[in-house]
Parts: sequence; C-alpha cells; structure tokens
Amino acid sequence: MKCQVCEQAEASVHFKEIRNDEVKELHLCERCAQEKGFHSVVQSDKMSLASQFQWMAENVAPNAGGAAGQVICSECGLRYSHFARTGRLGCAGCYRTFQLQLHPILRRVHGATRHVGKAPGVDGQRLEWREQMQRLHDELEDAVRKEAYEKAAELRDRIRHLEREMSGAGGGGTS
Amino acid sequence: MNRAVSGMLDSTASWLEGTGPLADTILSTRIRLARNLKGIRFVPQAGDEELRGVLHRVQSAVGGIPDLKPGMFSDMEGLNLLERQLLFERHLVSHDMTVGSPHRAVFVTPDEVTSFMINEEDHLRLQTLASGFQLTESYERLNGIDDLLAERLEFSFSSDLGYLTSCPTNVGTGLRASVLIHLPSLVLTKKIRKVLSGVTHVGLSVRGFWGEGSDVVGNFFQISNQVTLGERESQTLRNLDRVIRQVLDYEDKARDILQREAMPEIEDKIGRSYGSLCHARILASQEMIGLLSAVRFGITLGVKELPSLKAVNDLLISGQPAHVQLHAGREMSSAERNRYRATLVRERMKRESEGASKPRRRGKSPEGGIHGHA
Repeated sequence: MKCQVCEQAEASVHFKEIRNDEVKELHLCERCAQEKGFHSVVQSDKMSLASQFQWMAENVAPNAGGAAGQVICSECGLRYSHFARTGRLGCAGCYRTFQLQLHPILRRVHGATRHVGKAPGVDGQRLEWREQMQRLHDELEDAVRKEAYEKAAELRDRIRHLEREMSGAGGGGTS
Repeated sequence: MNRAVSGMLDSTASWLEGTGPLADTILSTRIRLARNLKGIRFVPQAGDEELRGVLHRVQSAVGGIPDLKPGMFSDMEGLNLLERQLLFERHLVSHDMTVGSPHRAVFVTPDEVTSFMINEEDHLRLQTLASGFQLTESYERLNGIDDLLAERLEFSFSSDLGYLTSCPTNVGTGLRASVLIHLPSLVLTKKIRKVLSGVTHVGLSVRGFWGEGSDVVGNFFQISNQVTLGERESQTLRNLDRVIRQVLDYEDKARDILQREAMPEIEDKIGRSYGSLCHARILASQEMIGLLSAVRFGITLGVKELPSLKAVNDLLISGQPAHVQLHAGREMSSAERNRYRATLVRERMKRESEGASKPRRRGKSPEGGIHGHA
C-alpha cells in the first residue's frame, strides 16, 4: 500500500485519526507520519515563534536552505529566506508562491492544511445555516464517540450536502 | 494627555469588574480575530501609502457601524510612550504596538470590551475582553462585529486556507481565544507544572499575564488555542472550554486539600499579604501582584473582611508602571514609582475597608493629585 500523503513511498505507519469529527484511517510512510507529528500538534515549550519558524523553515520545508530560499514572491517581492528568518509573510500571494515550503510547516503547526470554518460574506440564511451545521457536527461527534459509524457516515453526508449547498449559494463553502 | 487614554485612567475596564461567570478564578476571556484587507501587502512588507490606506478604510468602515459609535481611535504615533504602555498594560495592544510606528492605531470602546489594533502584524486585529469565563458569548459578539466589518471591507480570504494572515500560525480562522486564569492552589500544592504540561500537550499554549513572551506572575496563567487551521471556530472554543473546565477541576481539588490540611497557614499568608497592601510604604510591581494574588485567593476561599474582587483586579492593572506614572502626571524613577504605588494601593485598601467602593476620584490621589496634563 502506498502512503496516502506523498503517494510514493510504501506506507508503514497505520493509525486511526479523529479530526473534524471524522474518523479517518491513515496509512502513511514513515517520513509523512513524522511530518504529521502523529498527533496533530507538536508543542515546544520555550521556543520563540521566530526560532520555531527558523527551525521549521530549515528542517521541515524542502530545501529551504538551498535554492528554495531564493524564491521570491512576484506580488510583494518577499524572498523565502526572509520569511524563514522573520516568520512573517509579505502578502496573500506568498501563500501561493511558497506553497510547497509552507504546507509541511502548516501541517506541523496546525496538523492540517485546509481551512474549515467561517468565511466572509453574510447572507440571510447564514446564521441558520451555521446553527444547523453546528447541530449536525455535535451529533456527529456524539456518534463517533459512541462508535456508531453508520450513523456518523450518514451525518457526514448531510454535512457535505449542506456545505455544497452553501458554496453553491456563493457563501464560500469550505469543503 | 490623549482624551481616550486619560478617560481610561479614571475608569475600571469592564473585564476587571469581577462580575462574569467563575470570575473568582477566571479573570478574563479574550477573543481575537486576525484579518487583512484584500489586495494590500501585509503590514511587515507594506509601504507607507498602503498602511495609510488601511487605516483610512478601517476608520471609515467603523464609522459606519452604529454599535461602534461610542468608541475612539487613537493614533499610536500621537501618543507618548507612557500612554502607549498604558494601553499595553490594559491588554488593549500588544507589546509590539508600544513602539509607535506610523499609521498604527488602536480603536477602543469606552467599556474596553471591544478593541481593534490597526496595522500591527495584521491590518486588523479584533478583540473582545470580558470578565470571567465567557467563551461563546465573547466569540459571538466579536463574530457579529466581524460580519459588520466584512460588509464594508473585503478581507483577504482563500477557500483553501481561510483568512490569510501575515504569520502562518494564525492562518485559517485567525481566531485566538484565551482565558486568564488564577491558579494559586495548584501552584501552592506544586501540581501546576504537571497540569500545565498536560494543557500544552493537547495543542494549547500557556503564557504569562501580559501574553506572548511575558513572565508568569501572581499565579496567573493565560491559556489559549494554538491551532487555527483545519478546525472550526466552534470546535476551537469547545476544546478550550473542555480543557479549562478540567484545569478548574484540578484547582478545586487542590484547594480542597489546602483547606483541609493547611488552612491556618493559608489564612496567615492571606492576612499578611492584606496587611502589606494596607500598610506598605514601598511596593514594587511584582511584589504587589504577588500580594494581590494572595488576597484574591482569600476571596475565593471566602475569607472575611477582604477588599472586593473588583478592587483587587483593578489594582493589578492600575498599579502597573505606566498607570502609576500617568496618574502622577510625570515620569518617575522606579524607586519613586514604588513609593507612589504603595500610596495608591494603601488609599484604595482604606476606601475598600470603609465600604466606599465608589469610583476613584482624582482629587483624592496621593500627593494632592495632579491634574491637567494634556
């Protein structure tokens, strides 16, 4: 079986992960598993933000020290090596320009690389929609806790459906 | 003196009133949202014109929201160093903002519940500060303000990564929820390290009284979420809520043990601390916080004849260096400050014991009170 993340190396680490109220079985290669920190967040006590970034930018991101460090964002002029030093990006475009380097960092900091949650832009149904989503997520969490996976799958489908509806209505769905 | 800032000196911010849920243990709940304007470079990379433009756009957006009418903008450059530090001591701006660089501003409502930093690390940092444990209520309030602002400002947002922020640690929801919690029993029973290390292992971070990079003083800890990506706002709040309730439970248990096994010693410590607050003639800021922490613990334990929670909370902030100096109306050496602070604290304790918890009046300030420093 191939690793689900890089889809290249052979998967040697297998575990169940509960994230966003979903149970996922994960099959990863050793390297990707390490990147994921196994359990979402690796928290270092005393490391400052800047030094955490420096460490990550050099060790987690691919080839940051070499050619990648010289990549420049065409929208704002920020060089990747500058980000590695300060931990601050220059503009929205940096997230695209440095995507390759940022993804492993985001995965390490947040345990995820995709936003779920609020999107700007309000319409009349939004609040109601949000409350309904909240209710479904609560039920899902409950179902997962009780290991009622069939029920959980059903709830997940309803959540997906609602999310699609929302993005169809231009509300900026997230999944 | 700046009008907005001088007004603060005489009033107690509403988060210090000590009236919120579980306010005897949880000093405050803070919610922060990071937002940037679409099409403009983030602050660290932005040019002068861009930052000026951000400030103008935010000001005009805020001006169009009736709920925010009573609030006031202050240009950080228009404030002197002490005034900027006062805002920091009141948890309204970050330490970074006390460096008054151009086009940085703060917006604060009179009750200090809602405040914005403009052009700090992100174009816009929205904040609510509430007394006690009010995660959901505070978030809902700020969320509503965020919606109103989003009708007037276009935020930088990607469907993949959510709200885009200057630092990738905030990307996604841009939400930081933090709870300022007082844990004297866990410290006294030496269990604090174990409990807090448990907290950091579930993806939360622990900091000192004044946030990032600040020391732990007076048994106060700030616990906040770390993850902003891949997690819904409601989930972030739920996680934090769950962990805080667990910590509270540990604190309760440790307090029970202390009450059972060491009550005379504890009461002695509280009484002596109160005595020092009432009678000290020289009081350093750190020492004051330690004494206030002990008295606060006494209030939680139900010890009689102590000052009100509000007075204790208020002194934690109004006894800080910039507050003391602005109250005196001049810059002071640390030795001078310590004497002035002791007088401020002593007078407050006296008013408390007389049962007159009326708001502080400037005419009653030590050294005859200093007025009119514009």
